[in-house]
Amino acid sequence: MNKPLKISTVIHAMVILSIITIAGCRQGGRGEGRKADQESISGADAELYEDLKQAEKIFYSLPSPLESAMLIKSAGAQFDDDLLNPVENANNYTTNRTMALNLGIYTCDLSFASLYDQTQLIINYMSAAKKMADGLGILDAISDEDIERLESNIHDRDVIMEIVSQTYLNSNSYLDENGQPAIAAIVLTGAWIEGLFISTQLVDQKDLDGNKLVGRIIDQKLSIDNLVSLLGENQGHPAVDELIIQVGRIRTIFDKITLTATPVTTEFDQESNVTLLKSEVSSDLTPEVFNQLASTVAEIRNNLIK
Amino acid sequence: MNILKSITAAGFLILAIGINLSGQCKTFARNTCLPMLGEYTHDGNYHATVLMEGEEAELFKTFYSDMEYRMAIRGDETLPPVEFTVMDANRNIVYSNKDNSLSGVWDFKLESSQQLKVVIRVGTAGSSGTTPAKGCVAIMFGFRVK
Repeated sequence: MNKPLKISTVIHAMVILSIITIAGCRQGGRGEGRKADQESISGADAELYEDLKQAEKIFYSLPSPLESAMLIKSAGAQFDDDLLNPVENANNYTTNRTMALNLGIYTCDLSFASLYDQTQLIINYMSAAKKMADGLGILDAISDEDIERLESNIHDRDVIMEIVSQTYLNSNSYLDENGQPAIAAIVLTGAWIEGLFISTQLVDQKDLDGNKLVGRIIDQKLSIDNLVSLLGENQGHPAVDELIIQVGRIRTIFDKITLTATPVTTEFDQESNVTLLKSEVSSDLTPEVFNQLASTVAEIRNNLIK
Repeated sequence: MNILKSITAAGFLILAIGINLSGQCKTFARNTCLPMLGEYTHDGNYHATVLMEGEEAELFKTFYSDMEYRMAIRGDETLPPVEFTVMDANRNIVYSNKDNSLSGVWDFKLESSQQLKVVIRVGTAGSSGTTPAKGCVAIMFGFRVK
């Protein structure tokens, strides 16, 4: 008696599933991504984005918090815990927007503390990041076992970096694969802005010429198009739309810096099996533009941690 | 009433398919691609997707002059080998794994920071009349200070 009803339900389900799938493909397909790209890409890297034609999937990768912290450290900058978002603020973040932004921000602060062997801060910032991840419902991004392992290896920087990397991977992959790419993009944006904030604040503005950290900051001009494209893919989410405006302000300042690069040539070292990409790059950053960048990034970042 | 049941059933079906595919790629990336980074520190970023034979994915990323990088790319064992090409900002090819026995790993460093584009293409098995294979492809980056 019930059998015909079940079969018809399944047929209905399949028809509805097909309609939803086709509609979904049309709404979120490559055409839309390409339109966002065309609107957002400009400057020297525009050529690189021109042939977005066949790809089924396009990834816009940003420097991760760990990579940003490593760039700051390798530039010879000193640690300054006053620049970090205080862990006490974690209690203030109760919306998905603020928790996602500050998951990125706290993970960047955690990475920064990790590379400078700030043992107590590492534990505090891991707990703050866990609070954000738990609040977002990211299952097991940072487990109690991760925190215990961190505590028992607190003097082993390699293990700490591995745990930080793993927890960031857990968060990103969970959000990306559970239909929350907009939240994933917000986390990545929070981390990128925090890295840029810390770097710009650590620069002695009287010493811009030949400053290695300034070089790393200028390099972010190359990443900002990736960030704009990543956010563009998630346009329509209110928090993302607001970030597009704020990141646009930073991009306007980066647009005032001209990067000139010689063509890339390669040299393969058979002994180490490593390929060297050779090219020279110069830029025309002025102290005025650097001041604008530092103050705009600080204003945006300080609003994000409120 | 029937329509309501149908919508519910469709919803569960979509959820089940989505979770099944996504769960595969996350686990695949962690278990098979991540170990390819060896002694390099994984940056923590996640890039994995489901591709069919002949399909392509592209990745844009800035690489920094202070670092030495390892790029690791791996496709599911049900897929034909994965080819990848790396281009500079002027679309000049700086590396292709076709010149290196389709190796899934490339180690490199840079004199100056560069925005690079990686084009990943799943090869085709070449047998006509069969359903093209489909599976996860993961791309991961490790770094260490020069």
